[in-house]
Amino acid sequence: MQAKGIVFKYGDNVDTDVIIPARYLNSSDPAELAKHCMEDIDKEFVNRVQKGDIIVADKNFGCGSSREHAPLAIKAAGVSCVIAETFARIFYRNAINIGLPIIECPEASKGIEAGDEVEIDFDSGIIYNRTKGTSFQGQAFPPFMQKIIAAEGLINYINNK
Amino acid sequence: MGMTMTQKILAAAAGLAEVKAGQLIEADLSLVLGNDITSPVAIHEMDKFNKQSVFDKEKIALVMDHFVPNKDIKSAEHCKCVRQFACQNGITNFFDVGEMGIEHALLPEKGLVVAGDVVIGADSHTCTYGALGAFSTGVGSTDMAAGMATGKAWFKVPSAIKFVLTGKPQPWISGKDVILHIIGMIGVDGALYKSMEFTGDGIANLSMDDRFTISNMAIEAGGKNGIFPVDETTIAYMKEHSTKEFKIYEADEDAEYEAVYTIDLSTLKSTVSFPHLPENTHTIDEVEEIAIDQVVIGSCTNGHIEDLRCAAAILEKFPVKKGLRCIIIPATQKIYLQAIEEGLVQTFIKAGAVVSTPTCGPCLGGYMGILAANERCVSTTNRNFVGRMGDVTSEIYLASPAVAAASAVTGKISGPAELGL
Repeated sequence: MQAKGIVFKYGDNVDTDVIIPARYLNSSDPAELAKHCMEDIDKEFVNRVQKGDIIVADKNFGCGSSREHAPLAIKAAGVSCVIAETFARIFYRNAINIGLPIIECPEASKGIEAGDEVEIDFDSGIIYNRTKGTSFQGQAFPPFMQKIIAAEGLINYINNK
Repeated sequence: MGMTMTQKILAAAAGLAEVKAGQLIEADLSLVLGNDITSPVAIHEMDKFNKQSVFDKEKIALVMDHFVPNKDIKSAEHCKCVRQFACQNGITNFFDVGEMGIEHALLPEKGLVVAGDVVIGADSHTCTYGALGAFSTGVGSTDMAAGMATGKAWFKVPSAIKFVLTGKPQPWISGKDVILHIIGMIGVDGALYKSMEFTGDGIANLSMDDRFTISNMAIEAGGKNGIFPVDETTIAYMKEHSTKEFKIYEADEDAEYEAVYTIDLSTLKSTVSFPHLPENTHTIDEVEEIAIDQVVIGSCTNGHIEDLRCAAAILEKFPVKKGLRCIIIPATQKIYLQAIEEGLVQTFIKAGAVVSTPTCGPCLGGYMGILAANERCVSTTNRNFVGRMGDVTSEIYLASPAVAAASAVTGKISGPAELGL
């Protein structure tokens, strides 16, 4: 599995309230949520994001509320992968459970800038910055989580067991 | 190597003699929780299961608390969806308007969680029940759906940070000051993926309401859970509220901790978290004049009866400053009734505050106290992120009920000392 896209770059502690503000949580429709994705931190995100684009952030991405609406909104907005130095634990679980690829890689979060074109190979965990010609080794998932991702989410994984 | 309290509970729930930090386990669940925002997503996910029935209709709690009484048509549809699901599956612990309260105050009060339990909830503040000596943690809606269907969840066994609490807090200092102090010290990701294990003889000086507040905000330090040992106070609370059998787990003496912090509770001062992160803490004596527009006293963090009593002790002596909105939200119907019976509601209304039915409402910027551009609020809630309570330029200052009530009187961020209390 691979991903390729243009990078949107954010800093530390991007919380789930700015990823999808609670005023929109009266809907649980991913397409509706996607219209407001990142609205409180980057109003232009929804206008500029293209299918396949990539979010790169620093520490503790997805902290705060457990709302699964946050990874759902990011996925429905067309984002193919989120790379961060670290993820908040509930967001990490939620992303895996709904099949949004995420990779922890401190070096990549430092070495990639907004607007860079980046390619990711999920099997090897290699992140390639085409714009700068640099590459980074992302952390591979434990085998158990790889099985959930391969099944495209927790529910299918349990159904297949 | 010995195990921490959290590791012992998880080992027992996984049917293992021993677990180690980092190990992936599958644990049996004592309870699965959801609310009116997260449950509809979980119910939708349930449709994808081969097996669509719930694992145990008595071990699921569905609490309508975030946007109820329904704030708009879409919220009403969400509650309707959950109500139908609860009815179809015979869910015993479905709490709708009239019986509901803010979930994390309601579940302990209803006796649904006791020491030794393993609880997941599709709400990040599910970590609150660590105060009772249970393992409880927040998850998303898909985990909730899997938990409802199978009665199991996967966990990575957490490593731990130990907080040794000693001494006795000064008057007006509460659990909120303790946890804000800790978050200020270790940061919003200071306990990322880890359990926060509270120990020490100072715990005897903390009420159950103080402990609920402390465990509640473990997530604000990135923690997986925040757990207290079981003592006489815990046992008395559980006997008063629950008929469930509880089991007491204690950490081994040689349990491993990644870090140990000792905190003398007697040295703590009223603490305020400045925008826009809970880790931006200042003690009240460091705060310069900051005028405010609104005060919120309530939420799963600080909507307990002790919190209301504390606010009333200030507002019975001084009125709310004219031009400031003071919104007080008892966390459950029982607390609301108790506040009426004790005369607290009368005190609040006479002081110029408004008292709302239980709801998460303003805490997450839902309704019932949304901030306009550039407005400032002192709030006893748990998050002060950008736009959390309204406009992205508004500001939230997190504080204890004592500071919130004193600030409502002066119209600026103040401690009780400023009123001569």
